[in-house]
Amino acid sequence: MALYSNAPASYADHTSAPIEHRFNPYSDNGGSILAIAGKDFSVIAGDTRQSEGYNIQTRYARKVWQLTDKAVLATNGFAADGNNFVKRVKQRLEWYEHAHHKPMGLKSIARMIQTMLYAKRFFPYYVYNILGGIEEDGSGAVYSFDPVGSYEREACRAAGAAQSLIQPFLDNQIYFKNQTPETGSEPFIPGNLPLSTVLSLVVDSFTSATERHIEVGDGMEIYVVMNKGRTTDDLLDKKKLGPGMEVEELGALGEGGGERTFLVRAALKRD
Amino acid sequence: MNSVLTQLQPAAPHRMQEDDEFQQADSASWGSMAGFGNLSRSGGVQGMSIPRVSDPTAFLDLHTDNMSSNPDAKIKIAHGTTTLAFRFKGGIIVAVDSRATAGSYIASGTVKKVIEINKFLLGTMAGGAADCQYWCTYLGMQCRLYELRNKERISVAAASKLLANMVYQYKGMGLSMGTMVCGWDKTGPRIFYVDDDGQRLNGDLFSVGSGSTFAYGVLDQGYKWDLTDEEAQELGRRSIIAAGHRDAYSGNTCNVYHVRQEGWEFIGNYDVNELWYEYEAKKKAAREEAVAGASAAATAASPMAVEQ
Repeated sequence: MALYSNAPASYADHTSAPIEHRFNPYSDNGGSILAIAGKDFSVIAGDTRQSEGYNIQTRYARKVWQLTDKAVLATNGFAADGNNFVKRVKQRLEWYEHAHHKPMGLKSIARMIQTMLYAKRFFPYYVYNILGGIEEDGSGAVYSFDPVGSYEREACRAAGAAQSLIQPFLDNQIYFKNQTPETGSEPFIPGNLPLSTVLSLVVDSFTSATERHIEVGDGMEIYVVMNKGRTTDDLLDKKKLGPGMEVEELGALGEGGGERTFLVRAALKRD
Repeated sequence: MNSVLTQLQPAAPHRMQEDDEFQQADSASWGSMAGFGNLSRSGGVQGMSIPRVSDPTAFLDLHTDNMSSNPDAKIKIAHGTTTLAFRFKGGIIVAVDSRATAGSYIASGTVKKVIEINKFLLGTMAGGAADCQYWCTYLGMQCRLYELRNKERISVAAASKLLANMVYQYKGMGLSMGTMVCGWDKTGPRIFYVDDDGQRLNGDLFSVGSGSTFAYGVLDQGYKWDLTDEEAQELGRRSIIAAGHRDAYSGNTCNVYHVRQEGWEFIGNYDVNELWYEYEAKKKAAREEAVAGASAAATAASPMAVEQ
């Protein structure tokens, strides 16, 4: 092009000088999540603090989301990615319901989450997901994911900032790792703990993590998904809940298959 | 010369942007497509979003600990570790450990590193857990389609080539997988090693992962074609236990599978730590027996070997 046969010096300066461009779209917003599966229930919990570095952005940011009547998803990592991911999961679930006239089953949601995460294999969501709920056979289930979609069904899983504080505790209390039954007594069978025990383990996990991790605290939200026909006395009995804890039943999202979801809120230390 | 124009325009491969995801969200996303709604009709993957940067691979390297090259990265991708498979008279033994690590943290001790592609095909997981899981599941779909189209089962050679060709399309983009596709077809038991470079090798014996050197040590000294089923299963198990003991990135439990003409069979799940001490106890007992035997022979003062 004749116009640029002699490129002006100013133009050359702009392009020849090396400029470092680093695209850094990620941030770590702290917090922790965990989920525990029982025989006919599933508990999915998270704290509500959102921070960036040493700065607390808010004391109430949601990390646990009700997806269907029998599925709850907890996200942790980069909050913007997490919120956006949940939004897209909910959209896909709505599309599925329009196409099939039924809500998506838990194991299908798990597989869908895998493909949605993997579609961003080269530009990952910085999100650790834990999906909890009730399987088609009525059993409580927990699925945990890595940021690019590898997943596994487990009995319990902790993720996020305090993962390394909480997971060993759960391994010991849920899987009975490094515990030996007293001579002559029954052997331990993992996955059969009553709801009241599981709830206190969740509360203890978060209060302890709050004590030792700066990014965990403020409050916690514990979702309890129960299989149809299961008694709710062990949750709704006021005496069984700790002081300052409140239970609320979340109404059915769809036609309601009999499964019930409860939300338990509790305060955590705010310092 | 339109150099100014080309500078202003994004390079061609960068056009696959996030906004396109919604344009591509056609009926496949509305319906089920087995959850693989992001696949095109021809079987290719579409809508794989790529960051809007000049070097997407460098971006991935910067933010993920992909291939363990960047341990400080925020996004820790779960990694697989010791896997092995070998061919012998009675079919194929596939043995793997179950540990997944993210940096030095043990992310899981219960990973299923043998991926059941279908009744006759197994894949193993080493490298990125998601890469292996996703592509082996995808391979399972393609194998089923082959079966429906051709009214016969796909050969292991063809199945492994589908996988190799698929990952070859993404060569240099940062996928991380080393998998062994194992199965029984018309030609008998076959093992193919396929990795993220697109390399595909046919062989009798493979071990993949950070603990593979330890596994090879035990495997090579005990391997022969004429192993019985029990001996072969024990060799696979023993090799994984050895790797789990010496390699910090391997361990927890060991899963063993046996592939025969009728398809694969799950043999069992074994605790690496418990089995190691069991082997140690056996070795100690054998040693004591040998010493007792030698001293008995000495007291008999016979120059001939005493049979016991």
